[in-house]
Amino acid sequence: MSSDAMAIRTAEAAGRPWVEILHEWVTTVDHKRLGVLYIVYALVFLVIGGIEAVIIRIQLIRPLNDFVSPQVFNRMFTMHGTTMIFFVAMPVLFGFANYLVPLMVGARDMAFPRLNAFSFWLSAFGGFLLYFSFVGGSGLYGAGNAPDVGWWAYAPLTSRAFSPGHSTDYWTIALLVSGFGSIGTAINLITTILCMRCPGMTLGRMPLLAWLNLVMSGMVLIALTPLSAAQIMLLADRYLGSHFFDTQAGGSATLWMHFFWIFGHPEVYILILPCFAFMSEIIPVFSRKPIFGYPVMVGASVCIGFVSMSVWAHHMFSIGMTSYANAFFTITTLSVGVPTGIKIFNWLGTMWGGRIQFKTPMLFSIAFLFQFLIAGLTGIMLGSAAFNWQLTGSYFVVAHFHYVIVGGILFALFGAFYYWYPKITGKMLSETLGKIHFWLFFIGFHMTFDLMHIPGLLGMPRRIYTYEPGRGWDTWNLLVTIGALIQSIATLVFVANLIISYFKGRDAGNDPWDAWTLEWSVSSPPPEYNFATIPTVASRRPLWDIKHPEDPDSRYE
Amino acid sequence: MTMAKNGQIEGGAVLGRVLSVLVILAGILFAAQLCLASPADHSQVPSIFDPHSGNADLLYRLSGFVLSITGLIFVVVFTLLVYVVIRFRERPTNAGREPAQVYGSNQIELAWTVIPILIVVVLFLATARVIHAIQDAPEPAEALEVTAIGHQFWWEYRFPALGVVTANELHIPVSDRAHPRPTFLKLLSADTDHSFWVPQLGGKTDLIPNHINRIWFSPQETGLFLGQCAQYCGTQHAKMLLRVSVESEEDFDAWIQAQKEPAIQDEKESAGRRVFETTACLNCHAVGGTNGTGRFGPDLTHLMSRQTIAAGAAENTPANLRLWIQNPDAIKFGSLMPAMKLSDADLDALVRYLETLK
Repeated sequence: MSSDAMAIRTAEAAGRPWVEILHEWVTTVDHKRLGVLYIVYALVFLVIGGIEAVIIRIQLIRPLNDFVSPQVFNRMFTMHGTTMIFFVAMPVLFGFANYLVPLMVGARDMAFPRLNAFSFWLSAFGGFLLYFSFVGGSGLYGAGNAPDVGWWAYAPLTSRAFSPGHSTDYWTIALLVSGFGSIGTAINLITTILCMRCPGMTLGRMPLLAWLNLVMSGMVLIALTPLSAAQIMLLADRYLGSHFFDTQAGGSATLWMHFFWIFGHPEVYILILPCFAFMSEIIPVFSRKPIFGYPVMVGASVCIGFVSMSVWAHHMFSIGMTSYANAFFTITTLSVGVPTGIKIFNWLGTMWGGRIQFKTPMLFSIAFLFQFLIAGLTGIMLGSAAFNWQLTGSYFVVAHFHYVIVGGILFALFGAFYYWYPKITGKMLSETLGKIHFWLFFIGFHMTFDLMHIPGLLGMPRRIYTYEPGRGWDTWNLLVTIGALIQSIATLVFVANLIISYFKGRDAGNDPWDAWTLEWSVSSPPPEYNFATIPTVASRRPLWDIKHPEDPDSRYE
Repeated sequence: MTMAKNGQIEGGAVLGRVLSVLVILAGILFAAQLCLASPADHSQVPSIFDPHSGNADLLYRLSGFVLSITGLIFVVVFTLLVYVVIRFRERPTNAGREPAQVYGSNQIELAWTVIPILIVVVLFLATARVIHAIQDAPEPAEALEVTAIGHQFWWEYRFPALGVVTANELHIPVSDRAHPRPTFLKLLSADTDHSFWVPQLGGKTDLIPNHINRIWFSPQETGLFLGQCAQYCGTQHAKMLLRVSVESEEDFDAWIQAQKEPAIQDEKESAGRRVFETTACLNCHAVGGTNGTGRFGPDLTHLMSRQTIAAGAAENTPANLRLWIQNPDAIKFGSLMPAMKLSDADLDALVRYLETLK
């Protein structure tokens, strides 16, 4: 069936006017095309956000540098953070979820295809709004341009007294709009995973990728709503004369902090859970073993989902909460380490006794394990409220969360790109370029973010556009900047690999990695309808059962 | 085919080697940094591992404990990872054969659930003890009370019991065992959020409008300690520097006495004083004994007793003062001090007048 589908597609693609193709992409409701749209859109913003990071790092390369003005610097770190979280990490993960979940649960599309398209275009419009602030943010007062309030936009800096013009409004509305898109996608994923599984696929046989995306989507529903509510309250403060966050009129600055972080912390897990999902698919395949402790992995994921809802105020240990509150959020924060540790151990257990193949996706996965371990341990240091008083707001915390987001999420994503690109495009990514990409990025990453912890320990606060010489911070900042440049070069190698391999890559075939989940049973790229006949599964690894009829998984589960 | 396989095997070993080299390298660099930061210049490198007050020392000891536990976890898991990557890599001898398919083990799962829980409990108890010791410490009768108010982008300090108001450079007494005299700071904000952080004296606490916070220090050594605002507060967040001078009891009392004096009235500089009193200066700045009572900017009554201006952004020299009044953006772009656009004669007179405010 799959080769027929391939033939039909090629014939269709040849010689049609580009307007027609464009129209097809813009109006598509196919989950695979929307997935690709999400991913491409996120890659564009990844490059933009990366350029902003490089500007930040060049400014900080030496003390009292004047590469950019303070205002531009403040805009850069605000835009960098907002872009990377809302317009890179979320869309790219939603893209992969969109593409993979229906294929992996044996469905022909998402539950609500048109809601899916609507959600994507909302998110896309949000990103556009944020960047339109560069042009339209000036407002009546001539102040503004891009927002410069930081990505968490603490009150009362966002009030009209301190943020005249419209830059903050663009930030607010961009997040509001894309937030509704995220909620739509989350509803869609939950419905798809719960209602559209193929015959035989009980919850206990569902791939971990689907499980983790289910938990992630549940968290999106709970976490994005307070953020959207807070954005509406902020707009009301700015334009309707309400005083939620207006401290001059009895409002509360800490109220915004709670609203933001009850979104902001689950958000970290919203981003990392789909990356756990990638790891849970890639590591078994390249270790040639099933995932170790599947039920425990599911339990740990659900547990992370719940516990991470009760840790938000560890971002606020320095705001003067009571000692009881500080102690409470210390214990909840440290507790997240338990299910997370279980996950790391189970991945190690999966590799233990395996036959590990060092293909590029696996290299990124091993680096993920190493880096996520360190990120988790610095997270424990930050979770200890009293130690946190010294660490929060410093470059140590910047290094920590970049360790999570770059060392964890981005490495997992790169792994996912190398692993599923053949499925999505039908072409293999170049292993040579992949290895160059991996090693360059790995070296650049460690040069930047290992060393970035140190100025934080030496008292360097974050979000400063420059610093005094002689504080012991100079050398570290120089090295960190060089590392950032190495990472940029590595990213260019990756983008080049994506483009070159698309045109010149080796044909992938249906199942280049000898994998076990349903997406590898169809052609690459899959036909529009995914499955000619809806498959029936009897175990967690349906393709293993087919490949090893003498010893199927279904015998043991 | 075999060649390719060898390449992959090497990849794994190289990975392990590079990782360990990187870790060791970073460790050496950091150790070198700590050694370089010798006690002589402790005020220049505000390291959190160089505590000079009782409460900072509590945090330092907790950090040592947390670091050793997390360090131990790192060594164990990292060793496991390297072992697994090297031991279970694909080799020419096992290529093409699927390894034994193992699905899990409840005993092992239980072990790696219970052990982390125990570690969490230990870390929590250690932390809770320090939280309690610092946050719930009662204020002794002999404590010095200071109100610190964060402004965009400078610090105001008021000593309510002593009747002293100053800016940017905080002077506090040493608090040794024999004469404990901790300083209790009430933290307020006049505009946006700020954060008070002098790493060698203690952890940071935010200054939030409409939300009063309290911190305390018990500095054990005299000296100058540096820090800066640690919560993004607007354009010049970077140049909202903190200088805390810890002084002996006598020096501190002398400083307080000097600060309590009214501003010196030097008749020779009455021209400069007239400029101060007849331009916009007095809308924001106060000088005791004049009609300037503004509070948007720092109190200037004893301006010349301070080593820096513009919240530590520049040394307090006549040339810098002149530049600051004429063109603040040259020193601190985006500060709320306006360019005063005075004539050269007025500017010179004003600077000469300010120089008399000892």
